[in-house]
Amino acid sequence: MLRFLGARIAQAAAVVLLVTFFVFAVLHFLPGSPARAMLGIKASPGAIRAFNVVNGFNRPLPVQYALYLDRLFHGNLGFSYHFNLPVSSLLAMDLPKTGLLVGIAYALSLLVAIPIGIVQAVRRGNPVDHTITTIAFVGYAMPSFWLGILLIMLFSVQFHVLPPEGPQGASIGAVLNDPRALVLPVLTLTVITVALFSRFMRSATIETLLQDYIRTARAKGMSTSHMVWRHVLRNSLLPVVTLIGLSFPYVISGAVVVEALFNYPGMGWSFWSAAQVQDYPVLLGFTVVVAAATVAGNLLADVAYAFLDPRVRYGRR
Amino acid sequence: MYVDLLDERTVARLDSTPAESLSSSTWRTNVREFARHPLGAVGLTTIVLMVVFCFLGPLVYHTDQLHPVLTRVNLAPGGRFPLGTDAVGFDVLGRLMVAGQSSLEVGLAAAAIAAAFGGLWGALAGFVGGWVDAVMMRTVDALIAVPSVLLVLLLAALIRPSVLTVIYVLGAISWLTTARLVRGETLVLRTHDYVAAARLAGARSGTIVFRHLLRNVIGTVASQATFEVANAILLLATLSFLGLGPPPPAVNWGGMLTTGLNLVFAGYWWQIYPAGLCIVITVVAFNLLGDAARETFEVRLRHR
Repeated sequence: MLRFLGARIAQAAAVVLLVTFFVFAVLHFLPGSPARAMLGIKASPGAIRAFNVVNGFNRPLPVQYALYLDRLFHGNLGFSYHFNLPVSSLLAMDLPKTGLLVGIAYALSLLVAIPIGIVQAVRRGNPVDHTITTIAFVGYAMPSFWLGILLIMLFSVQFHVLPPEGPQGASIGAVLNDPRALVLPVLTLTVITVALFSRFMRSATIETLLQDYIRTARAKGMSTSHMVWRHVLRNSLLPVVTLIGLSFPYVISGAVVVEALFNYPGMGWSFWSAAQVQDYPVLLGFTVVVAAATVAGNLLADVAYAFLDPRVRYGRR
Repeated sequence: MYVDLLDERTVARLDSTPAESLSSSTWRTNVREFARHPLGAVGLTTIVLMVVFCFLGPLVYHTDQLHPVLTRVNLAPGGRFPLGTDAVGFDVLGRLMVAGQSSLEVGLAAAAIAAAFGGLWGALAGFVGGWVDAVMMRTVDALIAVPSVLLVLLLAALIRPSVLTVIYVLGAISWLTTARLVRGETLVLRTHDYVAAARLAGARSGTIVFRHLLRNVIGTVASQATFEVANAILLLATLSFLGLGPPPPAVNWGGMLTTGLNLVFAGYWWQIYPAGLCIVITVVAFNLLGDAARETFEVRLRHR
């Protein structure tokens, strides 16, 4: 177990290092140069030279990369010239709000998707399965911004029950103070996530149903409901641990669109605004942080899986 | 999952004797298995109809999609304009066809890049193994860890968007899953006797990868490519919504939908629903086809 853990952690560290390498490469091969991007096309050669010296851009590339890593490890993600803030401060402000949005959406999605996926797998090939499959596909195929607007038209324009805009405010407290405004962004993100999760849950359950112990249980004359509760549910829930880790980039992608649509002041919104004005430090800083979070999430999922499922642990030996 | 399936398939192939009748019977089995998935057939038919609509439609239904006509903006459907006109006077039905061409071209081209590059990458990593494999696959892990919308926004901010660059951008982020799947299969395939036999016969590594390994992972690559088409069409729509899609005169369904949504409160439904429905129908169709293809190629999931 310890060896597995060690190897897995080393692997994750290598992946994060590679991400920083890509980001560094992008930063370095920007059209023009970071100085041009930051100071504008009218900057004088002297100003550019001064900027390059201050930021170490006149040093050899490997040294620059080492300096970049050094800054990263000290939590220095660069300075946003659009928001006029250090990227880390921006992140500290935005991250909790996105975390709230994504967290609630995750919880709701799992609650809905797990039963749906199991029902589909048990009734595989039946009209029930085909109907739900089609609905899930439509949910998945719908551009999330369109879904969000349809929900706004229904709940805000038609019935006047919910505000069309996400909660405003700089702090997470302000966001929590306006729970009604949170409903539509969360709902939109949940619907697109459920579509993905239920598909995953369906195939996970089908895998379980193909196992020999299920055949044995059936042969003994066990009823379907008993079999689902006693054998299928528990074993199909295991892959969900992996799913939570793996789906993180997908859900964050959804969050960017949802935040842009509902004007929800989170990380996705800042990233989107930064992309409009090519605020590279924000784009690259957020990319590193989200990628590191994804890798950490996958690592946690793997470890949790090995902890929960003895077969994984013993198989590795 | 993919590993077991390949074992069985390869063994089945090696077991049968005459090489030619083998391939045609495999083909027939696959067709028969595919026919078991009515939704797959629905998907395929829809895609064909959509392609006909977008690429042959303009030959029958002539419209000008380059010059705005400000004397006929926002006309409701009916009469000369079956689906009305948009905010600058373009015929919506004709525009759907032209926009669909872009959406389908971008989706198919990005998926083709993804299939070719991902397939090669995965096959090489799996075949060579060792530290090459480690570096290649950690690269995939690193790129997969970045959410696709973030990656697309980042690249679109770096490169001036055009239809061609969007194809490259979407292709550049779509090959990762294919590479993973193919590598997994290659790891198993390379231990098979026929690879050893080929090597004994003096085949070089390149020949083994291209002639023997890639040919056996085509099923996986094809079904994954089908999903990638759908994803690319959706990502293109998202990119257009976020304001970083290809600029006019290029137009795609996502761009049409986004423009239409600006008029959502004016009640011009014909500028929203047709484009939105085209996206949903096409993406669903590709997903249904991909699902059916995957279940066709995965022997273990077949109905027995």
